Amino acid sequence: MSSALLHSLLDDAGQTSGPDWLKQVRVEARTRLLERGLPAARNEAWKYTPLRALESRRLRRVAAASQPVDVDPGLYTLAGVGSPRLVFVDGTLRPDLSDVSSVHGLAIESLGTALERDAQSLRASLGRSFDADAQVFARLNSALPSDGAVIRVAAGVKVEPLLHLVMLGSAGAADAYWQLRNVIELGEGSALRLIEHHAGGQGCSHLGNVVNQYSLHAGARLDLLQLQAAPDSVRLIRRSDAVLDADAHLEMRCVEAGAQWMRHDLAVALQGDRARLVSRGVFVLNGRQHADTRIDVSHQARDTACDLVWRGVADQRARGVFHGAITVCAGADGADALLSNKNLLLSDQAEIDTQPVLEIHADEVKAAHGATVGQLDEKALFYLRSRGIDEAAARSLLTLAFCRIAFDSITNEALHGQLDALLLERLPRAESAADTAQVTG
Amino acid sequence: MLKIENLHVRVGGREILKGLSLEAKAGEVHAIMGPNGAGKSTLGNVLAGREGYEVTEGSVEYDRTNLLELEPEERAAAGVFLAFQYPVEIPGVNNTYFLRSALNAQRKRRGEAELDSVQFLKRVREKLAVLHLKDELLHRAVNEGFSGGEKKRNEIFQMALLEPKLAVLDETDSGLDIDALKMVADGVNAMRDPSRAFIVITHYQRLLDYIVPDFVHVLADGRIVESGDKTLALKLEEHGYAWVAQRTVAGAG
Ligand SMILES: Nc1ncnc2c1ncn2[C@@H]1O[C@H](COP(=O)(O)OP(=O)(O)OP(=O)(O)O)[C@@H](O)[C@H]1O
Ligand SMILES: [Mg+2]
Repeated sequence: MSSALLHSLLDDAGQTSGPDWLKQVRVEARTRLLERGLPAARNEAWKYTPLRALESRRLRRVAAASQPVDVDPGLYTLAGVGSPRLVFVDGTLRPDLSDVSSVHGLAIESLGTALERDAQSLRASLGRSFDADAQVFARLNSALPSDGAVIRVAAGVKVEPLLHLVMLGSAGAADAYWQLRNVIELGEGSALRLIEHHAGGQGCSHLGNVVNQYSLHAGARLDLLQLQAAPDSVRLIRRSDAVLDADAHLEMRCVEAGAQWMRHDLAVALQGDRARLVSRGVFVLNGRQHADTRIDVSHQARDTACDLVWRGVADQRARGVFHGAITVCAGADGADALLSNKNLLLSDQAEIDTQPVLEIHADEVKAAHGATVGQLDEKALFYLRSRGIDEAAARSLLTLAFCRIAFDSITNEALHGQLDALLLERLPRAESAADTAQVTG
Repeated sequence: MLKIENLHVRVGGREILKGLSLEAKAGEVHAIMGPNGAGKSTLGNVLAGREGYEVTEGSVEYDRTNLLELEPEERAAAGVFLAFQYPVEIPGVNNTYFLRSALNAQRKRRGEAELDSVQFLKRVREKLAVLHLKDELLHRAVNEGFSGGEKKRNEIFQMALLEPKLAVLDETDSGLDIDALKMVADGVNAMRDPSRAFIVITHYQRLLDYIVPDFVHVLADGRIVESGDKTLALKLEEHGYAWVAQRTVAGAG
């Protein structure tokens, strides 16, 4: 299928730099893309997020401006979160907005710098080919030269400060395309806390395409908060691929509270014995927002565990999609897999599709999964109102409570409060609810 | 303060209250007893403004206003409080947060100054002491994982904190051990006041030894079929509701 979108981005690939193997990767990805196009509606992975409208659009890559655009730091400042901070605007690192004061055992570079210094160490990550047509945007990401963050933690080092990685598009970049490729590697027994933060000012309508690749070596632990609070006018596609070695632990929180149209593919491979994934997530949608989260966990070793609890809220004419697939491969005996997905519809016209999928090819596996779509509990609503809380505030309070499970374990109170506020803002009739939140502060 | 006249209420397509009349003046305590399914909780729910209760006939006047026209939160601010027979668990909503939101929402609606957290906590401490409730319950989610007795005491604690003018207690004594029963009674008695009225729904005369009512009513089949003073409760205990039914039939005939 020929695609205006792909041609507009790929025809003028321009000069590309980097080692030969990387150029080769790009050429192959490009060839494949032009041959195969975007997946058709019948592609199972894109069934609920049709690409027809996007396909016909002509986009243009944002070039690194000679004069960097002004960005208000207020757009991405988070309570309780300081440096180190790395800020990318329209797919380009902005050293003037970043602060990566040196932290023992933590190396932070832009992808460009890292490639110049030691390209070979990135070969495994950047050389990854995305074979399935469903992974078309990761393939597109591979076909084009990219900036991004390369974050590495040395073996045994437990990084104390919370790292803030900001990705945003600049206002006014209509029909713009930008992309990022982030590579995050945790050495044996190391630990890192990271916030990936999508933000931006109102008025931009770009398409952002982000690929994150995490590798956690034996015994490493990554605490990751993906906070997607992009303006409601943008399109955002993310792919997060994590590979966990033995005893590694990925603790992940996803808060989807922005973008007009967004797709997130989260693929986690539990490759080493006792590797463990804990994933909490929520999307809160209104207007005509569309959000599609697709999780794919594969248990490939013994006694691996995953624990996924996701919530979704859709109001007005919003559309949410949750697909949670857990595969326990042959030989991955003793796996423990749990998936729970509950959703709330706040309006008759909102829609949420949820599909939990469990596939087990091993023995002694403990697995449970469940998914529901429903409305607010009328009994609880009446209870709150009977005590004097007005209906709109009561609804917001209950809805927020429903969402909180996604980030309740965050102990940074300031950050927790800001996440509360961020979600409240997106809930119906937030004003009175915000009052309620304030008086209880 | 409260005047219910010939109230007819349908729930789920069935008529549950069938011409109920009751008047309660400020300063009075009314006990309502009656068999299971008679409509006692229905009455409490209608007074608190729960949806799905269709008033087909009759009126409820409270403080010289038509209570039935008010939203539940307006009734709360006007001083109506219902202690639920089955308090609702609300995961994810912190008990203190909830109480302060409720109190301040009511105060705001009444045009009173909202309490800051210091003032609020001072008030909480005072009321907790009366009910011997553990502090720890305040930090949990509303009623979540509370024992049956803790839930009931939490209702009375909320009442103490919100200081309503008309409190309807729906079987607050059910499931309480004897010590908790006394605490609940102490909590209610401490609030008895010439400006306040109570409607106490119960199945057990025992509660009325501690909260001595001015009037006792029997609610059966959607109506008040018998009213008297506190000795009526003792007679009921002795003879059961069949006795009332017989008397009613006899009276009608
Ligand atoms: N939503 C409903 N739909 C249909 N019937 C209902 C509904 N709610 C209550 N009822 C019925 O109304 C009747 C009165 O119920 P209510 O709860 O008021 O009784 P009660 O006097 O409080 O009883 P108990 O002593 O057992 O608490 C019962 O027969 C009950 O089944
Ligand atoms: Mg009842």
